[in-house]
Amino acid sequence: MTVAPRHNLTICDTTLRDGNHAVAHQLGRADIQVYARAAELAGVDVVEVGHGNGIGASSIQVGRAALSDLEMLRTAKAELRESKLGVLSMPGFASIERDLKPALDCGVDEVRVGAHCTEADVTRQQITVLRNMGVTAKGLLLMTHMVSPEKLLEQARQMQDYGACALILMDSAGAYRPAEVEVKVGLLVANLDIEVGFHAHNNLGLSVANALTAHKVGATIVDVTARGFGAGAGNAPLELVAANLHQEGVDTRLRLYGALDAADVAARQFVLHVPGNDSVTIASGIAGVFSGFAGPVRRAADQFRVDPRDILLELGRRGVVAGQEDTIVEVAMSLADRWNKTHRTEPEAEGLMTAERARPPAWTM
Amino acid sequence: MHDRPDSSPKTLRAAIIGTGNIGTDLLLKLIASPMLECTLFAGRRADSPGMSLAAQRGVTVSDRGLDAVIEAAADVDVVFDATSATQAAHHWSVLKPLGMSFIDLTPANMGSLCVPALNLEECLDEQYVGMVSCGGQAAVPIAHCISRTAGGLDYLEIVSASSSASVGPASRANIDEYVGTTERATYKFCDVAQTKTVLIINPAEPGIVMRNSIAVTASTEVDMAALRTSVALMESEISAYVPGYRVVVPPVRTDDRIMVTVEVEGRGDWLPRHAGNLDIITCAAVAVAEARANRNP
Repeated sequence: MTVAPRHNLTICDTTLRDGNHAVAHQLGRADIQVYARAAELAGVDVVEVGHGNGIGASSIQVGRAALSDLEMLRTAKAELRESKLGVLSMPGFASIERDLKPALDCGVDEVRVGAHCTEADVTRQQITVLRNMGVTAKGLLLMTHMVSPEKLLEQARQMQDYGACALILMDSAGAYRPAEVEVKVGLLVANLDIEVGFHAHNNLGLSVANALTAHKVGATIVDVTARGFGAGAGNAPLELVAANLHQEGVDTRLRLYGALDAADVAARQFVLHVPGNDSVTIASGIAGVFSGFAGPVRRAADQFRVDPRDILLELGRRGVVAGQEDTIVEVAMSLADRWNKTHRTEPEAEGLMTAERARPPAWTM
Repeated sequence: MHDRPDSSPKTLRAAIIGTGNIGTDLLLKLIASPMLECTLFAGRRADSPGMSLAAQRGVTVSDRGLDAVIEAAADVDVVFDATSATQAAHHWSVLKPLGMSFIDLTPANMGSLCVPALNLEECLDEQYVGMVSCGGQAAVPIAHCISRTAGGLDYLEIVSASSSASVGPASRANIDEYVGTTERATYKFCDVAQTKTVLIINPAEPGIVMRNSIAVTASTEVDMAALRTSVALMESEISAYVPGYRVVVPPVRTDDRIMVTVEVEGRGDWLPRHAGNLDIITCAAVAVAEARANRNP
């Protein structure tokens, strides 16, 4: 059943999907047109397009996109020849009749059906339908730093059983270090009959290293974005992954100059701020908290005069997941409360109250 | 709350098919009901936790699913289906010709849709009644209030979040039906040009309380005071049959958007109280059956 890929490594470029998070899903027609053309010339295997949360996700809840799914997909498809057009579909946001079938009519070549790392069974319906239609369906697990390698293997096997032809682990929080990549990706490669992929984020500055490590231990798909364009600290930059693969002599369809050009094109066209690391995105990576929490955490830290890093570490300890943004305010309030109590019983510390942003000691993990 | 003197017999005999989370929670609601009697609890797994509970409570159980219901037809006035959309479609196709009354707790969407706070009366004579979905039961009444007060809406979305442990395998296999049927109910009960339903399954521990946000865009001015009154009335109407139903964010407006959030805490009969997604639909189904029992003493 497994068809050997023509090249050793498939590059999935999610600039026009994950990158949409960085601009509140406001990528426009010209952005998509220009970048899809550049990605085609760069020789990426798959160009993933859409709302940051995938097809069907444009909503008041997670942000309304500038363009409809179909406008985005048709625009990209018109620019692609050799590169495939991909979408992300998360059951609950996307439904088959409302979103998936119309998307396929726009010429989508492959669908990655995604779910939180413990909820693989919600993907059964979509993967089954896609397989029955003869569409390439890949399984994708989110926030995979949260559970053990064995749990990931169990969930991955379910997706394989439904008919997924590949399984991608997402490091949605940018929390992995290379050793964890080796263990988790390695276990899946050793035990699954399908391809394994890795989607890195850069909160700890390791996105490129993690992508390369994943490949080294047997992953045959890695995700990238131009200039690391994405939420928070961003993704594994296409141009840096391309450069390293070039140096290591890894066989891909990528053309080095094409990849460098594509990143430059993105920078000119829509990457208003190149994602970088600051104390909040780094703490977010250490805590293993969903990258999308950064904005609300900064606001709550200001409001309650607490250290945003403390909020993130506490959220990480509680194991919160995307969709629990309401917990941020609760944590900020309790940290402020705890701080006040501590300092009422230690009069000698009271002078600190007037100091700028006096805070309880952080980083006591 | 449903104490009854032993002398007054329960008047409507019910079979439940499906012994998962929804079916078992429904069973406990029927046992507590002064008017309904569960004469059969049928599923396919004799060793399911729901089955053991029913047996302990002295309810007749069977692991032969639909066949058991057909055999017991003489002792059954109404069948509650708590299986999956696919199975419910099969069950209805067999039970319909037998003239059996069918209350569907799956999102199979095969006839009239009922949200008791909105159209209970018109559903009482229907042989088939669909209970939409848990998110639909929680959110559509509020959506109806907004739509009515605004005199029509451009766009309406419903986001329902439930705890992972409370969403069983059948529900997970039916996400598309869930979305489609909830959207159909939204169009039925609201004057809206476009609607979207989003379902979130949240794996956090301890489980989150079932939460539903209803957000709209309206091009016209909306009387917010009237809307708050309307939503408060709806809250009290629904909490009459689902006591843990409460508005946690009353109507708020920013620019052209209006948002309301409701939470549903259950009675904790089968799963812990956070799993109000069970109660909101089992209580609605019981409300339909009790209204029938009341009407035909």
